[in-house]
Amino acid sequence: MGSRNKKNFLNSQKIAPYVFVFPFIISFLVLTLYPTIKAFIMSFQNILPGQVTFIGMNNYVRAFNSPTFYIALKNSTIYMILTVVILVIVPIILAVILDSNLTKFKTLFRSGLFIPSLTSVVVAGIIFRMIFSESDTAIANQVIGFFGLDPVNWRNTGWSAMFLMVLLASWRWMGVNILYFLAGLQNIPNELYESAEIDGANVFQKFIHITIPFLKPIATFVITISIIGGFRVFEESFVFWETSSPGNIGLTLVSFLYQQGIHQNDMGYGAAVGVIVLIVVFIVSLINLVLTGAFKRSDT
Amino acid sequence: MKKLKFTLLTILTLVMMSLLVACGGGSDNNDNAGNANDTQTAGDNVEDATELTFWTFAGTHADFFINAAERWNEENPDRPIKLTAETYPFDQMHNNLLLSLQSGTGAPDLVDIEIAKFSNFLMGDVQLEPLNDLIESELDNFIQSRLDIYSKDGTIYGAPTHLGATVVYYNQEIMDEAGVDIDAIETWDDYVEAGKQVVEATGIPMTTIPTNWYGIWPFVTQRDSDFFDENGELTLDNDVNVETLEFIADMVNVHEIAIISPGDHYHSEDFYGFMNDAGAASIIVPLFYMKDFTEYMPDLEGKMQIRPMPTWPDSDKRTVGMGGTGTAVTKQSENVDLAKEFLYFAKLSEEGNIHLWTELGFDPPRWDVWDAPELQEETVYYEYFHDGIFDMLLDIRDEVGSVNMSENTPDVLEEIDTNVMHRVLREQSHTAAEALEDAANSVQAKIDSKN
Repeated sequence: MGSRNKKNFLNSQKIAPYVFVFPFIISFLVLTLYPTIKAFIMSFQNILPGQVTFIGMNNYVRAFNSPTFYIALKNSTIYMILTVVILVIVPIILAVILDSNLTKFKTLFRSGLFIPSLTSVVVAGIIFRMIFSESDTAIANQVIGFFGLDPVNWRNTGWSAMFLMVLLASWRWMGVNILYFLAGLQNIPNELYESAEIDGANVFQKFIHITIPFLKPIATFVITISIIGGFRVFEESFVFWETSSPGNIGLTLVSFLYQQGIHQNDMGYGAAVGVIVLIVVFIVSLINLVLTGAFKRSDT
Repeated sequence: MKKLKFTLLTILTLVMMSLLVACGGGSDNNDNAGNANDTQTAGDNVEDATELTFWTFAGTHADFFINAAERWNEENPDRPIKLTAETYPFDQMHNNLLLSLQSGTGAPDLVDIEIAKFSNFLMGDVQLEPLNDLIESELDNFIQSRLDIYSKDGTIYGAPTHLGATVVYYNQEIMDEAGVDIDAIETWDDYVEAGKQVVEATGIPMTTIPTNWYGIWPFVTQRDSDFFDENGELTLDNDVNVETLEFIADMVNVHEIAIISPGDHYHSEDFYGFMNDAGAASIIVPLFYMKDFTEYMPDLEGKMQIRPMPTWPDSDKRTVGMGGTGTAVTKQSENVDLAKEFLYFAKLSEEGNIHLWTELGFDPPRWDVWDAPELQEETVYYEYFHDGIFDMLLDIRDEVGSVNMSENTPDVLEEIDTNVMHRVLREQSHTAAEALEDAANSVQAKIDSKN
């Protein structure tokens, strides 16, 4: 009888939802909320073993007075803008092509484009480093040599450093974003295309006036996660230069955080940088959501 | 409507929080965060053995300690130990150690800490055990400066692994081709002249300059200068350092006898391949680099000659101790005394120092073993290079320059690796004086803001 009551209790409509979300709540409290609060507190402290002292806003003052912080902010922002542009426009086009009836070997292409996101970024980074090595015989330099260009010292030049990070990120996330847009494409009723055809619309017009508006919610979502992902970029920089790049050309906000907080044993400062990143991302994402009208309900 | 807005905001906040948390983790995406790449055990079949754990970032160091533990168990059957040696990637090991010492739990009994990281562990209440009592009576037998770099206020916290005497490795074949007698190179000016001769005759650069601190620290130290003076005051942009960096930059950009190291530093695949193909006529690097030669540059066997560094006009030092790893006992160890005794046995005793050479090919930090018969026996290193390496060391024993460590040393090294060498050597956008002054200002600003 007892076990039956228990079963009823768990099955009851009031309790069941809580049971289902319980694991998430626990992991959220322990692994997300607690560290977040702790990070806020740490950002006002100077932290050394056995000597933790509150130092007020000092860590924040230091961050805003540090030229290196602004280099990191600039790099992360450029990276974020480039990845958002590339990782929204290209996947939409590729998704439409993959969805078209004219395309052959769809599954092959789809998995081919998706595989990079399953690859360890460290392994991918090693391969990329070899491709873009400074020697004349590296693949990338041979390819541009084909077009009569001089070899580039890829990892030590400002523009190519950013190019390498964006390229690695684009290669890695392209397949995932294509999946999002492919899912979005399935929601577009075929009748719309048919009636547009009757009205004499060409492929381009159909794409602009039907496909794009229907993909807008997906695009908003992808843009938002790309903004967040862009500001938190770390691995793409780490695999090329670890913690110090020449002239800080590859320094991002999170690598700055890692460099200062862990490498230089200045965890309070690192935490302060983390909180600043959080606020920056929050503001940029909010602006994005307001501009794309995500807070307005389309059906009211 | 309102509800949706709220939901969206909540989701956004949650995603952001996960961002902050991920930031804190640092290396959370590393494939095997927390797991040792390689774990070895010694003495696990011995009954009642006391368990000790050792962390390192070098597989060869793990082998060394495992062998030492086996010898210990043979010699001390009444106090056996069971040693577990775990090897992690370099950064990960130091990060894990920092976090476990900070949080007060999870640290090993014994741990290898690299010199550039060591000062991180001397901040706050030091979480490492003093080692002074182990070697107090034998201090004279050590090259004192190699103990100083792991010390704070006279307390020694790390057992040195090697002297790290910086020397010049000359490629005799190229020197013969250019008609240069390396024994006639006594000063750095001689070296530059010889370099011109080499470049002219063979087209091969005399040497390469790494864009990390190996491209400047050995040279300024040799001139009795440093990035910090003995009182811990920042001297990064003093006249000697500026002049030295100018000299190095001139080798690259004016005399064109040196190039920037392919792969930026001496421990990259690019450099190994380049050097193995006789890409440079000589390199200036500590003795521990013998291991890299024998492992990665097999084609140079029998061709390399080791000599002391040429001298500067204002100093007669012919070598400097560079690099290094200090092994420490952590306060979290449950068997501090045993761990310390074992550490002495493995690395600080005469026998341990002999093994540092025979097993690892390191120039031992105890000079009283340099003429021990075991060090004269045939090894791969004598075969690859030549005899008399330790005679040379004994000859220059009183001329070993050493570095001053400060808790801001990591900041200086970061500035050098990131900005100074890049701007002066590669981009030539700054003069030596400008670059060093910029770096000094930025480090000084950090020091000031912290106090």
